[in-house]
Amino acid sequence: MTDREAASSTICARVENVSKLFGSFAALRQVSVDLLRGKCYVLIGENGAGKSTLLRVLAGLLRPTSGKVTIFGEGEPHDVRDRIGYMSHAPMLYDEFTGQENLRYFASLYPGQKCLEPADALRQVGLDPNLSRPLGQYSQGMRQRTSLARVLMPVPELLLLDEPFSNMDIESTRQMVELLAGFRHSSRTIVITTHQREHAAPIADWVLRLKGGRVAECVPGSPSL
Amino acid sequence: MNSVFWTHLVKDLRIEWRSLDAIVSMLFFAGLVVVLFSLAFDPRAAVSQGIAGGVLCVATMFASVSALNQAWSREIRHQVMDAQRMTPSSGAQLYFAKVLVNFIFVTLVQIALAPFFFVMYNLHIAGPAWVLALILPLGTWALVCNGVFFAALSIRSRNRELLLSLILFPIFIPALLGMVQATTAVLTGDNDPWLWIKMLTGYDIIFTTVSLLLFDVVFHAE
Repeated sequence: MTDREAASSTICARVENVSKLFGSFAALRQVSVDLLRGKCYVLIGENGAGKSTLLRVLAGLLRPTSGKVTIFGEGEPHDVRDRIGYMSHAPMLYDEFTGQENLRYFASLYPGQKCLEPADALRQVGLDPNLSRPLGQYSQGMRQRTSLARVLMPVPELLLLDEPFSNMDIESTRQMVELLAGFRHSSRTIVITTHQREHAAPIADWVLRLKGGRVAECVPGSPSL
Repeated sequence: MNSVFWTHLVKDLRIEWRSLDAIVSMLFFAGLVVVLFSLAFDPRAAVSQGIAGGVLCVATMFASVSALNQAWSREIRHQVMDAQRMTPSSGAQLYFAKVLVNFIFVTLVQIALAPFFFVMYNLHIAGPAWVLALILPLGTWALVCNGVFFAALSIRSRNRELLLSLILFPIFIPALLGMVQATTAVLTGDNDPWLWIKMLTGYDIIFTTVSLLLFDVVFHAE
């Protein structure tokens, strides 16, 4: 195996000169970045810097206006979406169902794929799977954790988390960081956008600062977990 | 029909069972249209037999639109649709389940409305009554399969509720014509409804096939 082949085998996602325009507004401008397997990347930047857009492009929910995204060296994100987990600001769950009902529903949408049991996924994020209240009556932090459980359930290789620590108390944030650290150790790649850089610091291998749709800075982190 | 289709179907039925949002609003709306028309036209007049088919179809159409406008509201509210788009399952299954669920809701409303309608308009069916059990589901399917598709197409628009009516009504005109003519033919017994029934069947097959083929494009659009 050549050096180049060895390097590409460790690349989880490759973003090449990606730009994304919304009308005349450029949310991303010529962004290029390689995401390595088993690493955690923290995207920081002001509102409108392009963090969420980059995450949605990686998830395949947005198509780049120009440039190319290759995931797992195989193809576009849409083709490998069953191996990607995406968590947004919104819970992406039904208010009328309990946490476990929501997770059971989403587990059924991965036919033939090995998923965690909904109850186990909920326990992993520190929630009681037997909660009988509908999600609409959960606190914001509980919804956020249920949403993370949904993302973790199909055991994705690439985890894209948009503001996962917002609306969470300190203890819940600590638990979530420890959980993500475990994921990182099992060779899964994590990309987190956050305004609270200090929360993600214990697992951050790289910190990317976005400004005006460009990667302004890419500095190594000092993960402690 | 595989397990994913049933998962979507059961999900929508359970949500409606808990909230009854769509059925109650449709029932109220359709009932109101029937009452308003009965006030506008003398329901005991001889002409009522001729217009009753049209009134029933228009009541169903307006009531259905109130439900179709909400067909994707739960998926939009917390970006649930993005989570569905991230799964490997096909959008066509979600679409077909949504169509079937809305078809069931509208049919339930029609069943609840029928006795009330016959009493209000003092109707006597002159033709073969069982044919109505064919015409109404065919017309309802035409409305719902297009309505669910165009509701999905317009969800990214700011004026989605207005847009749905603007797109749906013109496309539904041939089916509405077939539904009204066939229903009137059965109620009055004057004409043969089968030509219209065949047209409705053809319409349903064409629009269901096209919608199923195109839905994945709409579903995965940005």
